[in-house]
Amino acid sequence: MLIIGEKLSIIARRVREAMLNRDRGPIQEIAEAQWKAGAGMIDANIGPAEEGGEGLMEWMVTTIQEAVPLPVCLDTTNYKAIDAGLRVHNNERGRALINSTSNDPERFGMLELAAKYNAQVIGLTVGRGGLPADAEERAAIAAEIMARAMEYGIALEDLYLDPLVLQVATSQDHALKVINAVKMFQELNDPPMKTVAGLSNISNGCPKALRPILNRYYLALLMHAGLTAAIADAHEVMETVKTIEVIIGRTLYAHSYLEM
Amino acid sequence: MAFTEPKETYTGKVFQVSAGTDNGIVFGGENVLPFHSFEGSVPNRPVIAYEIQDVPPHDWPETVKAEYSGASNNAAAWAKYCQDKFKAKALTLRLIGTHPDGEDRTTEEAAKTVREVLSAINIPLIILGSNHAEKDSAVLVAAAEAAKDSNCVIGKAQEKNYKTIAAAAMANNHKLIAMSELDINLSKQLNILITQMGFDKERLITDPMCSALGYGLEYTYSVMERIRLAALTQNDAVMQPPMVGDVGMYVWKVKETQALEKDIPQWGILKDRGIIWEAVTAVCMLVAGSEILIMRHPEAIKAVEQFIDEMI
Repeated sequence: MLIIGEKLSIIARRVREAMLNRDRGPIQEIAEAQWKAGAGMIDANIGPAEEGGEGLMEWMVTTIQEAVPLPVCLDTTNYKAIDAGLRVHNNERGRALINSTSNDPERFGMLELAAKYNAQVIGLTVGRGGLPADAEERAAIAAEIMARAMEYGIALEDLYLDPLVLQVATSQDHALKVINAVKMFQELNDPPMKTVAGLSNISNGCPKALRPILNRYYLALLMHAGLTAAIADAHEVMETVKTIEVIIGRTLYAHSYLEM
Repeated sequence: MAFTEPKETYTGKVFQVSAGTDNGIVFGGENVLPFHSFEGSVPNRPVIAYEIQDVPPHDWPETVKAEYSGASNNAAAWAKYCQDKFKAKALTLRLIGTHPDGEDRTTEEAAKTVREVLSAINIPLIILGSNHAEKDSAVLVAAAEAAKDSNCVIGKAQEKNYKTIAAAAMANNHKLIAMSELDINLSKQLNILITQMGFDKERLITDPMCSALGYGLEYTYSVMERIRLAALTQNDAVMQPPMVGDVGMYVWKVKETQALEKDIPQWGILKDRGIIWEAVTAVCMLVAGSEILIMRHPEAIKAVEQFIDEMI
């Protein structure tokens, strides 16, 4: 199970300020903490970044990779910022992941960038017409994204399908639909398609004390459904990841399994 | 459309481990299941170590004893005999004489034997205790010190005594065998505990416990197979040390290697029967995933070496 450490988001005040002031300290500290807790990749979420996005993403990728031996998940809708970030990404640490393309023509450019830089890419299963209604609609959109990715010369094993996790507090019925979508996505190809989820969105808008609980149990169910990767806080979820991997037989049990 | 052979791909790799100095051996290092060289890389062939012991082999069957008569009264002479006469690539010295129920030899005597054997040979040495957990933790510490810097393999560290033995192996630059009793989860746990002491997992050898054909071999086989699959398909680093099959000691005490022809004539010639029993058990261990075997009868070893030649 790949955990993409999510704590570097412009939404967090401390991170936003560090981004604005180009203060490497907090960024590297968070990246390192995620890595040590078990993250295999670091998400760099700079928001839409309409102004100065290129410089910011470039700085983020370099700053993160100076601190940890991991690849970066470049998270923004700004095409030029992704381009700039991929240009400086150190591929010896693993391949970068673009977050994300979708079925919206405005996001097709991300596939072009994935092909240009040999990066992996997340395909968010939404189109222009708003949110998908159910698992079937998500799978239909996924199939279109897969076809388009192949047109751009991207191997299907480099595409992570994202069912779009919604808030349980406002869209409770989607919690289960997303789990079903993860199952359906895998059946769209042999070998099965890879899948990724922005986990913490499930508990967005919930009381702070409930958030880790919702995140962890939801991750357990998603893992059982076959989820490949999650954008999540490694500190919060590694115990769940290791335990579920033992329960579903992906790692061999030993009394000290949590320490490994 | 042309037929393409289906091939497994593996994410993990067995650690490559060396033992000895100038005429050293290297084993492990493969990233495929045993003998699956068509799917990946198998850089080293399995190694067979001749077994000797610190006291004369009174409890070994005549069939095996006869092969070493004249040499086996003294460990150093016996060691040299294996090296010179049978061209052994490695040796195992079992300090069985230290067992409290046997001769109860002292740690000093054990250390002396180790020194004598090492000075008689130039091939790698595996040093085993008597499998008495308490006594071994003293004997093997003394043996590890006596063999300092000879890059030996020391064993067997078990759940009850791993701390002192692992510390001694670490301090004296040896490799270490970690043994658990046919329990894959305990095998993993023991490897974790030993590495948590600061012992490098790439210097470990796993012994999941051997058994003889007809006497639980299938249990050993499954445990070894599962360990190897965890190493290769789940890339479980704790399970990636090579595995040892301590074959001889289990084989040469079962009825089939001892029963006289006059008692059970339908079982055929005793000598051949014993050799076949040891060779078949050993081959099973290789196919299950062992990279290093400890064996007794030279003819059985020869047969297994031939098998390896044909498989590689």
